[in-house]
Amino acid sequence: MSDRGDHQVSEQIAAVKLTAITKRFGSVVAVDNVDLEIADGEFFALLGPSGCGKTTTLRMVAGLEFPTEGSLKIFGDEAGTLPPNKRPVNTVFQDYALFPHMTVEANVAFGLKMQRVAKQEIAGRVQEAISLVRLEGLEQRRSQQLSGGQRQRVALARALVNRPKVLLLDEPLGALDLKLRQEMQGELKALQREVGITFVFVTHDQEEALTMADRIGVMNEGELLQVGTPAEIYEHPVNRFVANFIGQTNLLDASVVSNDTVCLANGVHIPGKSDLPVGTRVAVCLRPERAGMHPPEEVPADQQSVVGRLESVTYLGNALVYTVVLGWARLEVRRENQPGGYRPHVGEEVAVSWTLDAISVVRA
Amino acid sequence: MSSTVQPRGTTKIALTAHSWLVYLFFFAPIFVLIVFSFSDDRNVGRWGGFTLEWYQDFVEHSQLQNAVWVSVRVALLSTVISVVLGTLAALALERFKFRGRKVFDALLYLPIIIPDVTMAVMMLLFFAEFFDILESVFGWDAQKGLGSITISHIAFNISFVSVVVRARLAGMSEVLEEAALDLYATRWKTFRYVTFPQIVPGVAGGALLALTLSLDDVVITQFAAGPGATTLPVFVFGLIRRGVTPLINATSVLMLAASVILVALSLAFQQFSGRGGRPSLRAARQAVSAPSTTNTQIKEGINQ
Repeated sequence: MSDRGDHQVSEQIAAVKLTAITKRFGSVVAVDNVDLEIADGEFFALLGPSGCGKTTTLRMVAGLEFPTEGSLKIFGDEAGTLPPNKRPVNTVFQDYALFPHMTVEANVAFGLKMQRVAKQEIAGRVQEAISLVRLEGLEQRRSQQLSGGQRQRVALARALVNRPKVLLLDEPLGALDLKLRQEMQGELKALQREVGITFVFVTHDQEEALTMADRIGVMNEGELLQVGTPAEIYEHPVNRFVANFIGQTNLLDASVVSNDTVCLANGVHIPGKSDLPVGTRVAVCLRPERAGMHPPEEVPADQQSVVGRLESVTYLGNALVYTVVLGWARLEVRRENQPGGYRPHVGEEVAVSWTLDAISVVRA
Repeated sequence: MSSTVQPRGTTKIALTAHSWLVYLFFFAPIFVLIVFSFSDDRNVGRWGGFTLEWYQDFVEHSQLQNAVWVSVRVALLSTVISVVLGTLAALALERFKFRGRKVFDALLYLPIIIPDVTMAVMMLLFFAEFFDILESVFGWDAQKGLGSITISHIAFNISFVSVVVRARLAGMSEVLEEAALDLYATRWKTFRYVTFPQIVPGVAGGALLALTLSLDDVVITQFAAGPGATTLPVFVFGLIRRGVTPLINATSVLMLAASVILVALSLAFQQFSGRGGRPSLRAARQAVSAPSTTNTQIKEGINQ
């Protein structure tokens, strides 16, 4: 259960530390009392649906918005009210925001020029940054003459050339098509390892967050709901929203009977660990790939099950997704497409089963 | 070859004829004006053979020459000042939220909307009052002339400049300015290196528009001009009252040429320079990046 992020945070100064940060726009609360520590060298993802406050949070770290309340520290220094040009952070903007009237080279050199770095040093560092993102030969192009992927690299080089202490990325892959996006996921990760800078990126794509980030912070409606490694968040979501937002899941309505028993909505008591008070409305979270399926009379003795009627089968090639209707709920079961095995037909009675460690009990 | 929406038969003939009539209506007077500016006969409208006499007259007419220089000075001065003020107003309205912004916005449009005569009378009264105050407070007996004309031209030009610059600013993403700030630029450097280069076409277009409006204006200038100085259009207007000679034709042709050149430059500036670079490049970029742009826009829509 221990994650490396927490260890680092406790040992050294956090790269970014938000304490009780709130941002209001008029009467709208965009970010609500958020506490967050991001460790030095970490690849951190802020994940959430549109309008959840993740971009506002990132913009506060960048200095493009000032927090209404709370404290924001960057490597121990209070930065909440510093203007963006006084912060040791740089941003890769969602649409890259390359300066259209400048060449690639001039775009990359801009930050150094503004900091009055010596001309010779600028030339060297710009070349270095351009080769870091593999854009050699395109120095004299303008952004209009570049593809989406190339623009993204320019934006990365333009930020990294300043050797920021924290690099902020706002939906860095959002404008790219699927194939390029997957390619860039790996590249960004490799780049982060190479430069060793703390990356904080904002995304609404849970898959992107899971594959790239060391730790993820899930936000919704301005609140930071859960922070943890991808595995923690996927396997032990704190509530229904997180369970639903990260990956596919089945949620069965239930209530807490004791600290190791819950009562499903159909009245059946099943084992289910939780530390919530008796009577709390909860949901039993069962991932489709963790559910088993058997003929009703052949459920293994060590497994819990519910019986329903098979409504449909979706053929995915490498897997099959079975939809089972229980009357009071509907479950999806995902089975790898392997030869042999149990292949029920639509309309048959089937038992959906699980072992105790396959489920988690989350707040409804 | 022809598409189904192309008009055919009688419709086509009628539409073609109509187009030609419109052009005739537009350009026949100009054609007549130009032709008779070369006519060797004192009576306008009677052809007396080809001559350049009237153009020579124009060059030698000292009062006309004087009026030309007043016009040029007023135009240049009012343009420079109104471009600075108009651009600042545009920046304030597009980039900042402040109390009274809506009112300021509406007031800024006023000189474009209200009739010239109203504006002219306003100017007349304003200068009368203003000069009274100058005299009673500072003992300075100010007269209407170059200064009052310039001020009145600035008053209407600010509006036109700010409208043109705002259009340009509205098309420029604020994110560029945020990016500059993020890259350690101060506010001033952000303006100098990012905002201004982006709005240059708008500023230049606005300047040429202001120049043209200033050179062309008769009504307001007439009320703001004094015995000391008068502009070319106002002077020509006065000449007409004393009888029309082809000298007026020649003067008008030259004014027309100047205006056409300025308007053409203004359009060219707005059309071709600036963010898109060369038009062929811009087209190429749009073709290449169309899908990703759309994606981004959709995403922005969702995200906000």
